[in-house]
Amino acid sequence: MTLLSNLPVLPVLVPLVSAVAALVSGWYDRRAARPIVILALALDCALAVLLLSSVVGGGPISYHLGGYAPPLGIEFAVDLLNAFVLAVVLPIMLLAVVFAGPTVGREVPAEKAVSFYVLLLLLATGICGMTLTGDIFNLYVFLEITSLAAYALIAAGREQRSLVASYRYMIMGSLSAGFILLGTAHLYVATGTLNMADLASRLATLYDSTLVHTAFAFFLVGLTIKTALFPLHLWLPGAYAYAPSPVSIVISTAVAKVSAYATLRVLFSVFTTAFIVEYFPITDVLLWLAAIAIIAGSVVAIAQTDVKKMLAYSSVSQMGYIMFGIGVADPVAMAGAVFQILGHAVAKGALFASVGSVIALGGPRDVRGLAGLAARMPVTAAVFAVGAASMIGIPGTAGFVSKFLLALGAVESGRWVFAGVILASSLLTAVYFWRVIEVSYFADEADPRLPAKEAPLSMIVPAALLAAACVLFGIAPDIPLSVIEPAVLLLLGGGP
Amino acid sequence: MEAAALSLAPAAAVGIPLAASILILASGRYPNIRESWTLIAAVATFLSVLSLAPQVLAGGQVGGPGIPFVGGLSLALRVDAAGLIFALTSSGLWILNSIYSIGYMRTLQEHDQTRFYCCFAVSIASVMGLAFSANIITMFLWYEILTVFTYPLVVHEGTPAAMRAGRKYIAYLLVSGVFFLFAAVTTYWLTGTLDFTPGGILSADAPPLLLSALFVAYLIAFAKAAWMPLHSWLPSAMVAPTPVSALLHAVAVVKAGVFGMVRTVGYVYGIDLTRALGMNLLLAAVAAATIILGSIFALRQDSLKKRLAYSTVSQLSYILLGLSLLSPAGIEGALMHIPFHAVMKITLFFCAGAVISTAGKEYISQMRGIGRTMPVTMAMFGIAAVGICGLPPVCGLVSKWFLLIGTAEAGLPLLTAVMIASAVLNAAYFFPIIHTAFFERSAADDAVREAPLAMLIPLVLTAAASVLFFFVPDLPFGRLAALAAAEITGVRY
Repeated sequence: MTLLSNLPVLPVLVPLVSAVAALVSGWYDRRAARPIVILALALDCALAVLLLSSVVGGGPISYHLGGYAPPLGIEFAVDLLNAFVLAVVLPIMLLAVVFAGPTVGREVPAEKAVSFYVLLLLLATGICGMTLTGDIFNLYVFLEITSLAAYALIAAGREQRSLVASYRYMIMGSLSAGFILLGTAHLYVATGTLNMADLASRLATLYDSTLVHTAFAFFLVGLTIKTALFPLHLWLPGAYAYAPSPVSIVISTAVAKVSAYATLRVLFSVFTTAFIVEYFPITDVLLWLAAIAIIAGSVVAIAQTDVKKMLAYSSVSQMGYIMFGIGVADPVAMAGAVFQILGHAVAKGALFASVGSVIALGGPRDVRGLAGLAARMPVTAAVFAVGAASMIGIPGTAGFVSKFLLALGAVESGRWVFAGVILASSLLTAVYFWRVIEVSYFADEADPRLPAKEAPLSMIVPAALLAAACVLFGIAPDIPLSVIEPAVLLLLGGGP
Repeated sequence: MEAAALSLAPAAAVGIPLAASILILASGRYPNIRESWTLIAAVATFLSVLSLAPQVLAGGQVGGPGIPFVGGLSLALRVDAAGLIFALTSSGLWILNSIYSIGYMRTLQEHDQTRFYCCFAVSIASVMGLAFSANIITMFLWYEILTVFTYPLVVHEGTPAAMRAGRKYIAYLLVSGVFFLFAAVTTYWLTGTLDFTPGGILSADAPPLLLSALFVAYLIAFAKAAWMPLHSWLPSAMVAPTPVSALLHAVAVVKAGVFGMVRTVGYVYGIDLTRALGMNLLLAAVAAATIILGSIFALRQDSLKKRLAYSTVSQLSYILLGLSLLSPAGIEGALMHIPFHAVMKITLFFCAGAVISTAGKEYISQMRGIGRTMPVTMAMFGIAAVGICGLPPVCGLVSKWFLLIGTAEAGLPLLTAVMIASAVLNAAYFFPIIHTAFFERSAADDAVREAPLAMLIPLVLTAAASVLFFFVPDLPFGRLAALAAAEITGVRY
């Protein structure tokens, strides 16, 4: 076997092995951990791109772990959708780790540096596994790896509040994992298999079974907690707001997006469109919940004075867009939802990087504290402005593309009210982001607590790259859409 | 329709000011270099727009490269007669306005000039993009970018009053943007295309109620046309430095609104469908009400810039009124009013800015005897004011003449009456200013203290242009307007 024939499993192995390497070399020299992590993630990004290009060129890949054939062995099933998601989240993780450098010793105590970096790699392992696996129990395992790493990372900050936030997240996250495990067990009892493709075909004859309905309900609750769909979002604001800055970037982008991916996968590849529309009609409920999340998340965000909390509630609203697409369940809106996985990831990453550099350098975290930001830290302020524009959905940014597709999908399926929700939400979003733009660019004098000069290069380069991605994918959405559109058709059509 | 000839000139017209904005930002520490970028870009932009004129005047069209967007749509540029009128007006006046800006901003020693010139250049790029948009989605892109990048110019002073005005500005224009997006999405759903096509893309097969609602959505989308009651952002935007009020809020931004309605009526609905739905009557009613009310509101303003702003509100609706007639004369008059009102109104604003920066006077009641201390400025003000009233020998008469013929042809004496009443009202709000300036005396000495040449030359040139276009309206706007009107109505006129 050549190395390349094992391509689907490499993205999981590289961070796992490097985690051990980082830990061991960290014993000798604390400074050794960071380069190892950066190298490992850079390699992982390259692998993700390679994987995406081979799926685009050669169709889906089924990889049997250890050579054992499914349904007994574990399958890694790579198709356009998960290859795409991986190619989105891994580069952002890499940027976040580069960004993390200056925060160690400030937000993260220097003595915890090694475990901090090792945890980031474990998180990457979990994320890659969740994305690539074609086995539902395996999905649960990787989800737990991701979650445990995330709890620890949030608690890595110096603040007491980080601990509380991490604890709340852990309780909700464990509940979520419990529901998903229960769902998995029910499915296994009903069908005798854990392989997703196998499940999809065997479930087709069992759509009326109560056991299957129960399993589905468990999955639904578990996944909505995980994706923080209103009203099960209460763990999210604290976790996003009180985590160290690089962790905020990672969990608001990579972790959140992979959870959304897992929801798509379970809903459409395991249970299929037919089931969720006809046998267990849940799409309308999801659509309503999404609409409420979109509006309520923004309304609560308006009330926030803490910028990171504001961004967190904005995530509740923006993750609602993804659920909205699932609720509409037509190819156009679903493309909008998958595009939002990309668009929201780069924009929210840019926003957390921008605000994170201010906070990590000892600056204030309230909205008024950003007064005069543009004069002191022009690049940081510009990155925020671009990210905000994308959140509002100004054309020319990635956020506009998903808004356009979701609104079009809603109109095409005759859901005028929901189209109105999507359109109106950009106004609410504008309300809270505009406040920040106003103070950062047009305040009379700078807040004395702000850092005196621009953030170091290792912070502004990742931030600026994320902002640039917002604009690139806003002007040329054709590049990702050429992958997203067939991926969505495949997803709506059934099995993985 | 013949195939559009490919050219890079439309892309250059958008790209040059965009590139300039980056250069301006990069050379912020060297004011003279920074300002030279603006001037070079203004001339280059105007020349690339001008280079398109021969082909368009010959009845052709020019296309630019497109970037694929979602679902078969693309971001693409295409130049036709209507777009060229708007682009020529804006880019030509940008040259004069840039010279004026330098004089104005330096006289007042304004802060944050780099941001000012940078956002100005992006705004002009958006206007070029908007004028040359081949389809609704491209137009929406530039329409929103124009909103976002004019905001920093409106709140430039950073005072609480400016911030309040800015919030109002952004609220009105973002809300209108939401209606624009709704209209775009619905149009795409109904037709599967968003390309501007003479004669329209919507068909009468769709439910009339939906089509009417959609038309109203487009009308709200183009709140930049400042029709009443969606006009109040415009007087508020007068807190901006005068060059912004002059070029953006008397010419580029507001005309983007009316230009959008021209596209909606002529190229999305088509005149037949507009008439069948009765939407021309709605448009005429809105326009007539705005013409009269705008003029009445203007009467009550003591702030010179606000009076001019209400005058703009009123004059913009002349364009909507002409459009609502759906006839060759009406549309030709409407399209001619875009450049002609632009040169006259920018002259008035240039004069107002000269008085503000040189004499420090903002209110008409303070301007007693200003005609003696600033004779050239106020003389040019007089010429432009006469033109807005529709009197010879200034170009305002030309476009209004076509509009009058249009209303008469359409057999709508009420609208003719509106135009005549408005002319009287225009005189009623302009002549007191001229009287105060020339025939009243101030207590202070009346030695001549004119504005600096950088401000004086542009305002003399725009006033001269206002007179020039009276004598040669076909150079080239009349001819272009006739071409566009023929394209929209399908009648060779």
